Amino acid sequence: MLNQSQLDAIDHAIETHLMAAGLDHVIYMDMGGNTIAKHDNGKSRLDSTAFAALAAGNFAAVDAMAKLVGESEFSLLFHKGERSSIHFSKVNNDTLLVSMFSKDISLGMVRLKVTEAIKAINRVLTDTTIV
Amino acid sequence: MALINVKTKEVQIKIVYYGPGRGGKTTNLEYINHTYRDQIKTEMVSLKTHDDRTLFFDFLPFDVGRIKGFDVTIQLYTVPGQVKYNATRRLVLRGVDGIVFVADVQKAQRAKNIESLNQMYENLETYNLDLFKMPVVMQYNKVDLGKSNTPILASEILQRDLNSILRVPAFEASAITGGNVIPTLKKIISITLASIQDQLF
Repeated sequence: MLNQSQLDAIDHAIETHLMAAGLDHVIYMDMGGNTIAKHDNGKSRLDSTAFAALAAGNFAAVDAMAKLVGESEFSLLFHKGERSSIHFSKVNNDTLLVSMFSKDISLGMVRLKVTEAIKAINRVLTDTTIV
Repeated sequence: MALINVKTKEVQIKIVYYGPGRGGKTTNLEYINHTYRDQIKTEMVSLKTHDDRTLFFDFLPFDVGRIKGFDVTIQLYTVPGQVKYNATRRLVLRGVDGIVFVADVQKAQRAKNIESLNQMYENLETYNLDLFKMPVVMQYNKVDLGKSNTPILASEILQRDLNSILRVPAFEASAITGGNVIPTLKKIISITLASIQDQLF
């Protein structure tokens, strides 16, 4: 269980690295399909509970596929749509960061920002001084 | 493991309906969805095959109100029952907090019930979860078929086959008519909440 300071720091990392870059929705969740933090730009609605369940299922299925082809994991997934796209990235063995963005932002920019956010979140998760 | 968010004061609990194919797991969730429409925030999510059988899982979240200042959301999942989908069943069990084992009371399904329970035990082991420490409720489903002269197993036989060692609460049920669907749900929620209360309070 994460404490309040850790959750605040995770929210801060998502706000500064991802939401500030113009992403539509960001969900930080565990592999069991539970949301830990969710952020949106206030412009569109998303059923984040069902979304997280499907995202966990999707990620787990792809993980199983990786094993079948002899990979230990596929740590990143990307779904491209006409108007919006979804980027999934593993943060650690138990958690996943899902970012949704419009065609106004390039995939390269999202990947860069997601990498920064994941580093920041992992620092929060491993920093025992945050209480 | 239940996700407890101390910042948003939310608890998310994952309950999985497990059992052999065509045993009535999805029907249980459909009945709950219909009965508790007011408390259910979203549409039930079902990933089905073309012939309407569960491909990945059904998903139904609903709020059970506040407990000690925490908003508790119960997330109900089913697994696909068909034998060929074991990898998927294992994936759905990840992070499970409580299980309803839906057995089919038809005599012809006796071996499949036992096989499914054994496989569930093995699948839980892959996550280092011990079935004997897990909140579990048995549901002996389709008792209504007894009225239409379909040969069904007596509850004593099902208890002996499936519950003689586990010794968990068991219900005779009819998911299609709703018989004992809600008592099964209430029981698994109450014993699952009891099992996580040390983490919560």
